Amino acid sequence: MLENEEIDEPTIKPVKEIFQTFFKSYSAVTGLFILIGIAVMGFIGPLFYPTDPFDMVWMPFSPPGADGFLLGTDYLGRDILSQIINGARVSIAIGFLAALVSCFIGVGIGSFAGFYGGWVEETLMRITEFFQVLPTLLFAMVIVALFGSSVLSITLAIGAVSWASVARITRSEFLRIKELDFVLASRSSGSNNMALIFRVILPNAAAPIIVQSALLVGAAITFEAGLAFLGLSDPNVISWGQVIGSNRVYILDATYTVTFPGIAIFITVLAISLVGDGLNDALNPKLRSR
Amino acid sequence: MEDLVSINNLNIEARTRAGTLKVVNDLSFTIKKSETLCVVGESGCGKSVTALSLMSLLPEGILKVSSGDILFDNTNLAQLSEAELEGIRGNEISMIFQEPMTSLNPLFTVGEQVSEVIRRHKNLNKEKAWVSAVELLDAVKIPNPDKRAFDYPFQLSGGQRQRVMIAIALACQPKILIADEPTTALDVTIQAEILALINRLKEETGTAVMFITHDMAVVAQMADRVVVMHPGKKVEEGTVHEIFNNPQHEYTKSLLAAVPKLGEMASKKYPEPMRLVGEKKPKALKPIIGTNEPLLKVNNLVTRYPVKGGVLRRTVARVHAVEDVSFTIMKGKTLSLVGESGCGKSTVGRSLIRLVEPTSGDVNLDGQNILSLNPKDMRKARSNIQMVFQDPFSSLNPQRPLFDQVAEPLRNYGTVKREVLQEKIGDLFDRVKLPRSFMQRYPHQLSGGQRQRIAIARALALNPKLIIADEAVSALDVSVQAQVLNLMMELQVDLGLSFLFISHDMAVVERVSHDVGVMYLGRLVEIGPRPSIFRNPQHPYTQDLLKAVPIADPDKRKSERDLNFKPLPSPIHDLTHNPAPSEYKEVAKNHFVLTTDCGY
Repeated sequence: MLENEEIDEPTIKPVKEIFQTFFKSYSAVTGLFILIGIAVMGFIGPLFYPTDPFDMVWMPFSPPGADGFLLGTDYLGRDILSQIINGARVSIAIGFLAALVSCFIGVGIGSFAGFYGGWVEETLMRITEFFQVLPTLLFAMVIVALFGSSVLSITLAIGAVSWASVARITRSEFLRIKELDFVLASRSSGSNNMALIFRVILPNAAAPIIVQSALLVGAAITFEAGLAFLGLSDPNVISWGQVIGSNRVYILDATYTVTFPGIAIFITVLAISLVGDGLNDALNPKLRSR
Repeated sequence: MEDLVSINNLNIEARTRAGTLKVVNDLSFTIKKSETLCVVGESGCGKSVTALSLMSLLPEGILKVSSGDILFDNTNLAQLSEAELEGIRGNEISMIFQEPMTSLNPLFTVGEQVSEVIRRHKNLNKEKAWVSAVELLDAVKIPNPDKRAFDYPFQLSGGQRQRVMIAIALACQPKILIADEPTTALDVTIQAEILALINRLKEETGTAVMFITHDMAVVAQMADRVVVMHPGKKVEEGTVHEIFNNPQHEYTKSLLAAVPKLGEMASKKYPEPMRLVGEKKPKALKPIIGTNEPLLKVNNLVTRYPVKGGVLRRTVARVHAVEDVSFTIMKGKTLSLVGESGCGKSTVGRSLIRLVEPTSGDVNLDGQNILSLNPKDMRKARSNIQMVFQDPFSSLNPQRPLFDQVAEPLRNYGTVKREVLQEKIGDLFDRVKLPRSFMQRYPHQLSGGQRQRIAIARALALNPKLIIADEAVSALDVSVQAQVLNLMMELQVDLGLSFLFISHDMAVVERVSHDVGVMYLGRLVEIGPRPSIFRNPQHPYTQDLLKAVPIADPDKRKSERDLNFKPLPSPIHDLTHNPAPSEYKEVAKNHFVLTTDCGY
């Protein structure tokens, strides 16, 4: 009656199981496909629809469908379809890069605060709180105004103002996990602090951090749109927020000029939320067995 | 006598992603009026599920009664509406759960919680319900019930909370009380008191009891009749004397064999492996004699935790977790530390390898003073002392395959070349009797016993001299516990290991140790050779502790009169508190008893 014979199931790697759960969810898969579609449109689309988004190709305010322009033209006679196709590239890129930046800062600060405790935690968490109570849009505007409105500075500005939530989640996970016995066991078998933080605790804290970062991508895209709406966008590249911002004066006369880029932002952020939700279900072991 | 509950051909299915799974298979038994029926079996055998189905409380969509019926007082529970069931639950059938820490609502006083049940089922007004709530709290022996009724759950100890749960369960004089492992989470002295309390209340009120447990010793204390379950099926049923004196089924026999009985080692000089029925004769071990050469000497160890408070987070008080503890572990021998939760036994273990920094004292391992080492040398010294932790579910990293976990210490110390690593890990798997095919598996695919074997393999990887086993078998089922203990003893014989065995289970301690130390409130109150401690306990606390241990013999029951334990005082003192050093008297050879005050 040795208990060894009990288990005959094949070895399933946790990672594989997560993928299986994720792909079973219709909404998550739908979100993922929309997101991939938008990314493909942004990066490859211009090859098939080569109209330059900055070119004045026709008369202003041509309504959608008329004169061969599917989504019409804006106040300068530029093709809105081309603007949306090319804007996707910038929106997606800024969204993901900014989320990556905040993830980087947040995980770094949160893990050290949670792991070391004491004055390290006090200091780091006060800094985090400072960034949390700061009016984020204002602060981002200051950064962009100081360093000029390039894609890089906008990405860094968004990343710099939105990492607080990641830091808090990381810290709380670290506080929980560092008390578990396997961390003590690893320490007593000679692991040093860096190994404990990055090889032992962080992989176990990854699930909520990944979910939060996925949602941050959506938030960063809306943030970028907000900045661009206020005129703080890279003038050399087109982005959806910039299209809305430049056409905002004509919102009553030519509604479609702001509606279409608005819908593009809406669909993208919705798709990201669906993916984030699916990740949450797939990564949360309590929900997984359902 | 008349049947109160009769369960006929009950089948319960669980729906999982893998398909439906039979959890309870064709189960039939009856409970007569005012008798105690114990349902005993190991984790996952379906005993709790059966109890929940009797309350019609199976989680919907996950568990379902697929066939069979449950008659309660000649009514078929399956045919009742939800409203009718609500009238029965808590009124005629009531239940107490395992975890007293979470089964009371933290936002209401215990008086409110008891009187609410009375008001709901008895139509009494608020004042009258309160009065009978206080009477009930008195009946379950809460001291000063008229004052404690205004307490919130967090102000009560675990044992007192379980008493309140019992008061709530008995508030409406139910016809049957279902107790699902009500003492598993409690210390042994409190367990003894709660068991005696349930027995007395059962005598007084004439309620029937369905008592669910995994512990044969508790069964012997409680049962009139016993149902033994083994994966979903009833394998044996009988009166408590039939089961204990003349078990029929192989499984019952093995279950009884695996339970260590306190006192059965009295005439034996050295530890002995557990008996296991069903397996081939246990390998005849050489007696585990050990040596008389000291390996670890601990002198005047003190560990205190700061309690921070105030705006500036200054230390305002200190938890005196370990106070002036000294002992010696010989090469190849096992020293056990026993005591109740909060007595500091785990802190001693953790202080030895400085997972917790001791306040003062002296720890000497084979001539090396561990407490004075710098971090680099300490890391080296740790390879000589390894730990095995209690909870097999949290002591392994869920994200990494077993191979990596066992290899972790070897990689950390870089002692083994990569080419031979595979072979070395394979050897370790052989050592702890796990198939090598398990190497690429993940912890969640293993049972509790298998995980504990992995934890032992990991501890063995660096060829340590001492293994600290901190409640290493407490979370395991008895038969698995016996196997893991036997493995540890086998390793001791083969490798000459020393163990510091930290446990609350006196019967297991008696089985495995050469020397025993009893701890209370941070102090070592008595220490000496195992036979001497168990045969001739000198300190009043040791005597009480031994009295509280349930014995797997239905003829040796304890009543409330035998048991009167003092509540544990708080170990938190202000900064000026400077406790006196411990002084000992040698009552027999190497058997020391604390003569100074320890708070008991």
